[in-house]
Amino acid sequence: MALHETEYKGLLGWVDQRMPTLMSEYKKHLSEYYAPKNFNVWYIFGGLAITVLAIQIVTGIFLTMHYKPDARYAFESVEYIMREVPGGWFIRYMHSTGASFFFIVVYLHMFRALMYGSYRKPRELIWIFGCLIFLCLMAEAFMGYLLPWGQMSYWGAQVIVNLFAAIPLIGPDLAVFIRGDYVVSDATLNRFFALHVIAIPLVLIGLVVAHILALHDVGSNNPDGIEIKDKKDEKGRPLDGIPFHPYYTVHDIFWLGLFLIAFFSVVFFLPEAGGYFLEWTNFNPANPLSTPAHIAPVWYFTPYYSVLRAVTTPFMWALGLGVIGYGILLYFTFRGTLRFVSLGAALVLAVFMLPLSPLALDPKFWGVVAMGAAVMIFFGLPWLDHSPVRSMRYRPQWHFGLLMAFVLVFLVLGYFGLQPPSAANEIIAPVGTLLYFAFFLLMPWWSRMGEFKTPPDRVTFHPH
Amino acid sequence: MSSNPTANGPADGERRAALVTAGAVGAAGACALAVPFVSSFAPSERARAAGAPVEFDLSGVPPGEMRTVEWRGKPVWILRRTPEMIEAVKRADGAVADPNSQRTAYPTPQYARNALRSIKPEFFIAVGICSHLGCSPVGPLAANTNAVLGADAGFLCPCHGSTFDLAGRVFRAKPAPDNLEVPPHKYLSETTVLIGEDGTA
Repeated sequence: MALHETEYKGLLGWVDQRMPTLMSEYKKHLSEYYAPKNFNVWYIFGGLAITVLAIQIVTGIFLTMHYKPDARYAFESVEYIMREVPGGWFIRYMHSTGASFFFIVVYLHMFRALMYGSYRKPRELIWIFGCLIFLCLMAEAFMGYLLPWGQMSYWGAQVIVNLFAAIPLIGPDLAVFIRGDYVVSDATLNRFFALHVIAIPLVLIGLVVAHILALHDVGSNNPDGIEIKDKKDEKGRPLDGIPFHPYYTVHDIFWLGLFLIAFFSVVFFLPEAGGYFLEWTNFNPANPLSTPAHIAPVWYFTPYYSVLRAVTTPFMWALGLGVIGYGILLYFTFRGTLRFVSLGAALVLAVFMLPLSPLALDPKFWGVVAMGAAVMIFFGLPWLDHSPVRSMRYRPQWHFGLLMAFVLVFLVLGYFGLQPPSAANEIIAPVGTLLYFAFFLLMPWWSRMGEFKTPPDRVTFHPH
Repeated sequence: MSSNPTANGPADGERRAALVTAGAVGAAGACALAVPFVSSFAPSERARAAGAPVEFDLSGVPPGEMRTVEWRGKPVWILRRTPEMIEAVKRADGAVADPNSQRTAYPTPQYARNALRSIKPEFFIAVGICSHLGCSPVGPLAANTNAVLGADAGFLCPCHGSTFDLAGRVFRAKPAPDNLEVPPHKYLSETTVLIGEDGTA
């Protein structure tokens, strides 16, 4: 059968004749992928996230050469890596720093999407893959955290697995199933090791590939929120597009250099980051008989932890009435059967939520639900945002104000999630939770309000 | 398009210089980064401690008997040879493949490159691992007590039938290519030998 005709010479030509996919995909995703020319610094975080994923995988592989996933040896094997394996301390610190940097990069990556409407049609699927990546990342970090088998590892795992026990009817059995034992034990450690080392990383890689393929099929958004594919030249190339390679590959390498300076500054000079990247309590081996005085999850989970802790019986009044209020709002918004369905669902929920109802479920359960909902609500963003324009640049100023308020609430919830429970927190966490959910749940209404500017025809770009 | 080199005009010397420099610095950085990862494969402090030299007290070994100690996970033999055993070594000179221990696969230390492959003629010290595929031979067997060894005295490896004389030299036409390895060792006194260290390197 005749070989594929190639324009390349030498070895590349030989390969291209037999595997034309190599060069066709290179062109499709790099040298002929036209990305908007007006990308700003907020567009570096996707590439940085891939870099951190690669760092975690490589350092993880080398750690598994020396780590022992056995409750008797795990803690000691980490100390062995730190003190006795040549270069072991460096590999371990890269991995622990990488975990925290992963979340910093991913949160900034998500913030970019919120600012520029990158989750909106036709990019909803990219956003969904991204939210799935976020979920997998949280699971991966949680399971990885058990592996050093320190005090925080053990008790953090105990608390989180017990969240599942809060589910009515199936909860306690589900928790035993997850743990592989009646308490967090060697069985739990070993299975979390398998999931952390291979199962979830494989899923993550698959999702990242899907995320990028879906993006490349549609084309990237940009800070102006306009579609560059609307204006093409006679060769079918977007007028406001530039080939990803070499423009953005070189651009990204520059920012990667700065990122690596920051990353290695932490690895070499501040690997514990004051107890935020490597917590002090975790330098004690796990003791099933004694819970540390102060339990907190790692910093990147603390906003959600705050939401979990906020839900107490008094707060259930606010939540229950809030649900009813939202049902009424939906009743007056929808038309047809949907209005009755939504009101009915809200009332049914309220029956299980309001404290004096005979069917009320424990705030413990609703706390878990609220925490889950706080994460899952991100999935709904493409359908909650009803603004006529994509990017914050062309929305009323106060929309951006609301977004910054949301960020502030997120940070405040995060801060209080790190602290032990306090009187101040008993007010702040519930209020913060309500504001957090209000940002999303009221978005269909507020995102339509105000005076919008007309987005430009062509992207705003100032060559330097 | 990017695939046609002449479409972009003549090569830009400055740009090329910048790319080469950046590439070289990047490559240097990558090499530097690889160092800790590659070195993590090397034996750790614990492995090196476990591989530390072993002291052995010779006074408890009767003539003609052999003891085995573990060094770096391997069996090391200490055989106290009788005068008959030393004679048997001399008789085997013509039947062994490498009588003067000249092969370099398991280099014989300079102090053991002699007729009896040992520092003291009376004590033969060797790593008890067959140079074929790693089994540990049985012995010492006297002459005419074993079908494979026949009239020779020495050691027999049960896995594939290689035989060695009482100085660890492999007999000709056997699967094993090399004489038994003599480990670095030195005598701390008349009755104590340190296996694993010989004061060189």
